[in-house]
Amino acid sequence: MQVENNKEFRPKIVAFCCNWCSYAGADLAGSSRLAYPADVKIIRVPCSCRVNPMFILRAFQKGADGVIMCGCHPGDCHYTSGNYYARRRMTLLFSMLDYLGVENGRTRVEWVSAAEGVKFSTTMNEFVAKIHSLGENVRLEDLRCKN
Amino acid sequence: MLRTEKEQAEIIKEISGVNTKKCMKCGKCSASCPAYDEMDIRPHQFVSYVQNGDINALLESKSIWKCLSCFACVERCPRDVKPARLIEAVRLMVIRQRGGNYLTPNEVPELLDEELPQQLLASAFRKYSK
Amino acid sequence: MQRIGVFVCHCGSNIAATVDVARVVEAAAKEPGVVHAEDYQYMCSEAGQLKIREAIKEKNLTGIVVCSCSPRMHENTFRQAAERAGINPYMVEIANIREHCSWIHKDMEEATEKAVILARAAIAKVTLNAPLQAGTSKVVKRALVIGGGIAGIQTALDIADAGYEVDIVEKTPSIGGRMSQLDKTFPTLDCSACILTPKMVEASAHEKITIYTYSEVEKVSGFVGDFTVDIRKKARSVDMSKCTGCGVCQEKCPSKKAPSEFNRGLNTRSAIYTPFAQAIPNVPVIDRENCIKFKTGKCGVCSKVCQAGAIDYDQQDEIVTQNYGAIVVATGFDTIKLDEYDEYSYSTSPDVITSLELERIMNAAGPTKGHLERMSDHKAPKSMVFIQCVGSRCADRRGKSYCSKICCMYTAKHAMLIRDKYPDVEVTVFYIDVRTPGKNFDEFYRRAVEEYGVNYIKGQVGKVSEKGDKLLVQGVDLIDNKRILMETDMVVLATAIEPNKDVRKIATMLTASIDTNNFLTESHAKLRPVESPTAGIFLSGVCQGPKDIPETVAQAGAAAVKVVGLLAKDHLVTNPCVAKSNELFCNGCSSCEKVCPYGAISYEEKEVNDHGIRETRRVAVVNSALCQGCGACTVACPSGAMDLQGFSNRQILAEVDAICK
Repeated sequence: MQVENNKEFRPKIVAFCCNWCSYAGADLAGSSRLAYPADVKIIRVPCSCRVNPMFILRAFQKGADGVIMCGCHPGDCHYTSGNYYARRRMTLLFSMLDYLGVENGRTRVEWVSAAEGVKFSTTMNEFVAKIHSLGENVRLEDLRCKN
Repeated sequence: MLRTEKEQAEIIKEISGVNTKKCMKCGKCSASCPAYDEMDIRPHQFVSYVQNGDINALLESKSIWKCLSCFACVERCPRDVKPARLIEAVRLMVIRQRGGNYLTPNEVPELLDEELPQQLLASAFRKYSK
Repeated sequence: MQRIGVFVCHCGSNIAATVDVARVVEAAAKEPGVVHAEDYQYMCSEAGQLKIREAIKEKNLTGIVVCSCSPRMHENTFRQAAERAGINPYMVEIANIREHCSWIHKDMEEATEKAVILARAAIAKVTLNAPLQAGTSKVVKRALVIGGGIAGIQTALDIADAGYEVDIVEKTPSIGGRMSQLDKTFPTLDCSACILTPKMVEASAHEKITIYTYSEVEKVSGFVGDFTVDIRKKARSVDMSKCTGCGVCQEKCPSKKAPSEFNRGLNTRSAIYTPFAQAIPNVPVIDRENCIKFKTGKCGVCSKVCQAGAIDYDQQDEIVTQNYGAIVVATGFDTIKLDEYDEYSYSTSPDVITSLELERIMNAAGPTKGHLERMSDHKAPKSMVFIQCVGSRCADRRGKSYCSKICCMYTAKHAMLIRDKYPDVEVTVFYIDVRTPGKNFDEFYRRAVEEYGVNYIKGQVGKVSEKGDKLLVQGVDLIDNKRILMETDMVVLATAIEPNKDVRKIATMLTASIDTNNFLTESHAKLRPVESPTAGIFLSGVCQGPKDIPETVAQAGAAAVKVVGLLAKDHLVTNPCVAKSNELFCNGCSSCEKVCPYGAISYEEKEVNDHGIRETRRVAVVNSALCQGCGACTVACPSGAMDLQGFSNRQILAEVDAICK
């Protein structure tokens, strides 16, 4: 899927990737030259369970338009059970964000293994397209954080 | 409206939804085809003819009327290429160019024959109308 | 105040072609804390590293950011360079502007903009880095090999020859694996058993090797250098210390209807059995599902005839717990199920067989004693058809997307052997491509065609149907563009291979990554092909990808060298990026302890000086030797006391801020 080039709107998208599966999957997408929009910026964490819901709230506070978290497939976590914790935490957080008025489509959890460069790329393309369709995120900006 | 063969090839790919690049040229479609001996251009050749933009030959081919639309080639293709859909798309193109139906429901009763399997009628209807 | 240096790599044109390196340098130089920024052709080169070392010394840098390839490639290189220049190696951060930027974006403006942001995030993070000291952990000088096929045997032998203890765990009653089922091997036509059996004997006789057959790995905990593994020794119902291997029990056993797994179900075996004559150990097992004694309580023939009194119906499964420094996975393969390939009549005609079944038929110890005959009427065939790529190279749901790699060669072998032994049998091979990359492989295939007169036809077969007592093969010759309708006596399907079905369970236990085809993933496709990304886990044989015997043996040796390299160390340097609790914030709630998968968190009564108030509190303490640094506890902690060094809350928030700025 190709994202339309909308010069007016360049979304800010933060992707948290676990070191063992998804970050390696993103590396594979890179070495296989599988393009996805430059709007996605990846932050490396040791495991998806390291992602504190606070990080995601902060991203939205600072003006992110979408946040995606990628981890190892259920059962394949390098630390045995980390992604299960992450999954529960994100389920709770996302429903809270939904309640706060941040659309469900702005957050996503995806399991990407180290061998799934194609999946990483298609996921990012889809996610960016989704954010484009939702437009700019204006809901959760802390006015005190704005210059 | 005259189109180049390349444009026609694109239209055929669009109508059929077939990605000819997926073909690995194993020939299982032709090997599975019950009408193989009747055809001048064989199912596996349809894929490479479309890929190479050799459309005029396909439009002239008698194969498009010999195809039984049994979809054995679609079922058995290991690469999920669906050659029968290409054949159907070429057939459709010919019918559209000639601008008429070859078969209307009213004509069916007089063609009926007890020996004929039901599927033949269904596929004939698919082939000769649109 | 930190003094940060930023180093931007061109990586030849890999980065510089799509990222304006000069602009990244310029933008980075303006970031707070940055006192030095430069670019260079190849930062990872000796000259590039020298630039980093010199800048650290000249500008008194306290931390550095390298904008280059993935940290998975060169993080260590740059950490070492930093250390050589006298700063703590953990004061290094990498901005991945190659895999995550230049390689996936085409627009220079966009890519440069992104590279600047990635650099900014890394600078923001490194500003908050603190020097970390790596600890050490012990290495248990013993290795575990899961799987007793040629891959496992060879790995175990090589490790044992280097002087380390090795245990082999094999699921079936004997070691030997798939290779023991093969008749001859390409491209030199050695008898498979003749070259395998000596290795099996050597492994069983080796003083450093312990073999657990009829056993499975049940549970794995721990980490590189010190895994704790529970091995379930399934009840054999035969006392291994008493059994002499005379075989009388198998002869006298009245229950002889169980399909022989070793002969791929082509004949039957007794309920008490050894899989094959050269089995190691040569001690039978009782298959309790088929044993009359276990089913009805009456029989006991084997116990009566056993002179050694080795039969023990009351034997129970036994769990052995052992510690290992390294684990090698060598779980091998099986052929795929052909239930869905109706067009080849495999399920309906006994004369349509897989190539592995043909191996058993051709083998002197097989169901037909080595006579080539049809399984339906035991008549010798006059003509045979081989069909290639059955389930391999498939994009549909029935098959596998990969090439199984071994089929072209074993089919040439079968065709050649049949033409040699039975010159009156016509042999036809239907192929899509003949793939023969390997030493003497193409020559071997050409010999089959030119010297033995095997008829190769290009074109996949469409259908095999039964016609009287013959098989009708319907295909096309793509070269002649002609229909082929051929009557034949036997059809052999070159069935795709797939990883052993248990491998997913094992990978989960080992936390080793696995791909969508259930092959185990290697750490680096080219440079670390026998190591799993999980430290201390190594890969041997087909569990990693399709390969033939010489490749398997080579990989087995390579895995063994990696294991030996690990076991030779007295201790390992541990990852210092572990959790740490701030005892002033900790309220002793135990939330972190509950989520820790390693049991690394305990609680201590500790005297705490909280801003002048001294009191004894129950606080969390992290055992840094056990902690693997996942960070689960940091999120569970309600008071923010638990943090992960190297990936602290403040560091990650700084990255988030830098990206969203």
